[in-house]
This record gives sequence, structure tokens and C-alpha cells, in this order.
Amino acid sequence: MRTTGGTGPVATTKPAPRETDEPPENELTAPSPADGPEPSSGDGPEDGRHLNPPLLLTLVLLTAVMLQDPIRGALSAPVMQSWMTVFVAVMVQALPFLVLGVLLSAAIAVFVPPSFFARALPKRPALAVPVAGAAGAVLPGCECASVPVAGALVRRGVTPAAALAFLLSAPAINPIVLTATAVAFPGDPEMVLARFVASLLVACAMGWLWHRLGRTDWLRPPARASYEDQGKGAAFWGSVRHDVMHAGGFLVVGAMAAATLKAVVPQEWLSAAAGNPVVSILALAALAVLLSICSEADAFVAASLTQFSLTARLTFLVVGPMIDLKLFAMQAGTFGRAFALRFAPATFALAVVVSALTGTVLL
Amino acid sequence: MNRVAQSALLFLLGATLLHAGTTDLYLRYVKAGLRPLVLLAGVVLIATAAATLWYERRRTPGHEHHEPRISWLLALPVLALILVAPPALGSYSASHTGTALTKPFGFPDLPADGPLRLGVADYAGRAVYDDGRSLRDRELKITGFVTLDRAGAPYLVRMGLNCCAADAQPVKIALTGDVPPVLSPDTWLEITGRYTPRRTKDPVNDGPIPYLEVTRAKPVPTPHDPYDETWNT
Repeated sequence: MRTTGGTGPVATTKPAPRETDEPPENELTAPSPADGPEPSSGDGPEDGRHLNPPLLLTLVLLTAVMLQDPIRGALSAPVMQSWMTVFVAVMVQALPFLVLGVLLSAAIAVFVPPSFFARALPKRPALAVPVAGAAGAVLPGCECASVPVAGALVRRGVTPAAALAFLLSAPAINPIVLTATAVAFPGDPEMVLARFVASLLVACAMGWLWHRLGRTDWLRPPARASYEDQGKGAAFWGSVRHDVMHAGGFLVVGAMAAATLKAVVPQEWLSAAAGNPVVSILALAALAVLLSICSEADAFVAASLTQFSLTARLTFLVVGPMIDLKLFAMQAGTFGRAFALRFAPATFALAVVVSALTGTVLL
Repeated sequence: MNRVAQSALLFLLGATLLHAGTTDLYLRYVKAGLRPLVLLAGVVLIATAAATLWYERRRTPGHEHHEPRISWLLALPVLALILVAPPALGSYSASHTGTALTKPFGFPDLPADGPLRLGVADYAGRAVYDDGRSLRDRELKITGFVTLDRAGAPYLVRMGLNCCAADAQPVKIALTGDVPPVLSPDTWLEITGRYTPRRTKDPVNDGPIPYLEVTRAKPVPTPHDPYDETWNT
């Protein structure tokens, strides 16, 4: 580390260029201890008055260590403990998959030439959508991995409609998730088929819908510093760093939301919803969005919701990997808020309708 | 956030994951099978931090690249894990979630003699779905933590885990017989007792809860892995 600190020489000689891929104003940001005096928002001459970030980080850590006992005391209430445990658990569970997805996305961005995707995918977007959707079956991971990979695909020139079909199908129809579903529903093997069919249908339908109605200016593909003038190593690690910092921050927002709901919403509400077939489908769809469970584990949770019909539980399994709080935050970070605000409700509605129909036919 | 700060945060995050993965700490949050992935993620994050510093030193000035403020939130899991290290889910979650007992695939033969060590879910499954056939007239030893319901009735509980604590669900056994007069929630007990056909329903989800007739209750330390992973697999 240079003795002048990170911002010094650059910021004083010329105004720091505003990043183009910075989300406009981060309304999603919950207050973080270090949020206030963050220097990246200040341009040019004012930088001298700000603390520099490494120093700030050190101060926050030292303060937290000194106040360890009062903090522990405040957090010892059972609700807070349970909240913290679920929050940390979601982070510890999702970070490895996020890191895997980020490595894969950096490899695509740096080592795979755009011409590869031009050859591998059909020229016509309407045909590229189902091919990309079915290709989702080969990415063994959960939804945290698919967001950065889909972002890399868009940057590599894959038509957004196809990349979005991949984004939606990959977390739901890969072999790990389907195996978990088969294990969780030993008495109902048709559940695996229904999940596969419904998820692929929704993914392709959303791809086609985007192809017909989507507008490029809704989508904010991260216009990042071009990698052409750097070595491959610098480009690769630069991409990994950027994606982890970016998607990781949004993952924290999602994990906090999921922990809040898990700790606060009483389970009695669910039992009340289970009686009516329509209400139960909507209730489990909403629950899938709110709980934000990893798609590799959601089948076991669905299996335990025994008071609900199989169709309602299928809806839970189809909606969860496609749209939940964590994913919404990550999509807004990767593709922009204008995109996420349109894409998420459409996906939700379509997923509910398709799984209700699939459930009626197959289950 | 400039690159030196990003590098520091990435390093802390990676080091925290390595710390959790090399001790038993990670078992409070995720299943044991995720350990290699947690360690790998820690190593990759530290490598990213090192590479960021390395390329930062050789970079020509003028391309300062700030990440949005939301990246600062990544300090929260670091603080939570290092400073607080919240305990595994306990009686609070257990009393707010219905028992997740489901019918087991089968009932493998149990050892013929001596006191029988059983998991909470194993006992509950055999008691409810096998009418306790293999349990009658045997001395049983079961370990779990104490949960009290709203009326103060004691249960012995073990949380089951499929992936991470966000999907953890309890299996409960109600206690009767020689129950210690004062039981505080979250105490780990090794219960010695006998099968009884008596059953009740979970007030939360109407799930079946078998009773266990307690003859002796011995406090034990929290087990190495607080969750029951044999469950459902």
C-alpha cells in the first residue's frame, strides 16, 4: 500500500471520473456503519477533507472491537440472535456459489471470444432463446452464480433475450437441483418433471417476451472499463473484484431482507392460507420471493409444507429460483433498476400462471 | 470505495470465511458438506485481494475505478462473524416453527441389547409412524436442546438442516415423566427414558409430536455439529 493512501495522487490532480456503471442513487442501500463519509462520491478538490476508505475501515473495525461487550449485549435478544444466524448463514452459504459464478463469468469475459457465442447460438433470437434456456441445465449452481454469468453473456454480445432465458432456467433445471427435488419428494417423482417443464417454459416465455417487448435502454449492461488495453491477468482479476464487490453488496441486502422475514413472519399465517387452492398458490409464490432460499435447498422446504397442495408447492419451486428478494437486488445491481422493476413482476406473474397450469396437468 | 479499500475488504471477507471453515464455526450456519466450497471461496477472495493490490501498484494513474457504496455492506457479514459469531438456531426458532417430522423411508433394525442411542428425528419417526414397535421396553438415550412452548411445556428438539440455517426445521419430542423441575431453553440434555404411546400435536402446524418418558436428564455440552444432518438424506 502506498503511504499516500488510495485516493491521493489521482484525485488531487484531476477530478475522479464518475463511474458509468454506478447505480444512480442506491435507494436499496440500507445504512451501513461506514456509509456516510464515503469519499468516492466527492469529486476533486474536496477529497482532502474526507477520510480515506482504508482508514475508515480500520476505525470501524477498532471501534467495533472496543465496543464488543455492549454490542453483544444488545444482540443477545432471541429475535436478534435468530436474525443474525440466518443472515450469516445465507451469506456463508451463498458466497461460495457467488464466487464460483464470478470466476466463470470472468473467464467468459476474458478468455472466450465473442465469436464463440455467435457460432454456438442460432442467429435468430427466437431460436436462440430455447437453446440458451436448455443450456442452463449445464451450470451446476444456484441463482447467485447465474446472475454474473448472464451479465457476462450480455457483454459478450449474446442477445439479451437468450441471456435472460439462461438466467432464469439455470438455477432451476440443473442436475443438482433436480436431484435434490427427487430426494425431497420420494413419493412424487412427477414433481421433478413438473419442475423441469414449468421452469423451462417460463424461462423461454420470458426470453421471447423480452425479444418482442423489451427495449435496450431498459437494460444497463455494465459498461465497464474495457479490458482490451490490459493484460489477460489484470482483466480477469479486475472482473472478479468488480463482480464480487458489486453483486456481494446486493447479496447482503437480500440476505438481510430474507433474515428479517424468517425471524418475524409467524408460521401460523401459512396454515391459514393453505385452505383455499388459489390463495395457497399465491401464498407460496409470495413466500418463495420473501424467503430467498437457495434453489439447491428449496425443495426440502417445499416438502415440509405438507399442508399445501402439490401444485402450490410446485409454484414455490418455480418462482423461488427465478425471482426473490436476493435475486431482485442482484439483478438491479447487474442490469439496472429500470430493468429489474419491469422484469421481476413479469417473471413472477408468468411463473405463477405457468406453474399453476403445469401442476393441473402433470400433478 | 477505492481499490485499496476494496482489497482490504476482500481480504477480510476471505479471511473470515477461512476462519469459519477451518474451525467448527461454519457448522452453526451451513451443512458440513459445504466446507470445501467455503474454504475455496476464502482462498479465491484472498487471491483477488492480492491481485488487486498487485495490479494497483503497476497501474498507470488516471483510471481511478470506484465501486458503488453498496459494496461497503460486505463489511457487515465480516463484523457479524468475527465479533458476534451468532449461535446455531435454538429454542426461539424451534418454538416459532412447526415440527417437520415426515414419514421415514424405512425402519432399519436397531442393535439388540444395551441402552439405545437414537437421534431426535429417528425416535420421533419410529414412535409416530412405526407405533414404537422397535422401541418398547428398551432404555433409550436421546440428545437435543430444550424448548418450552407458550404454556411452559418442555420439548426436546433437534434442528434439521438441508443446506443452510435459513432452511433449518425442528423435530420435536414432548417430555413427560421425571422431568427436571427447572429447565431453561437452549440447554442441551442427554435424556435417558422409555417409549410411551402418548402423542400430542404441535400448536404451530398440527404436526405429530410423540412423548418420551424421562427417567434421567443429564446436561451435556453443545455437540460438535448442532444440527441433525442425517435427517432427510
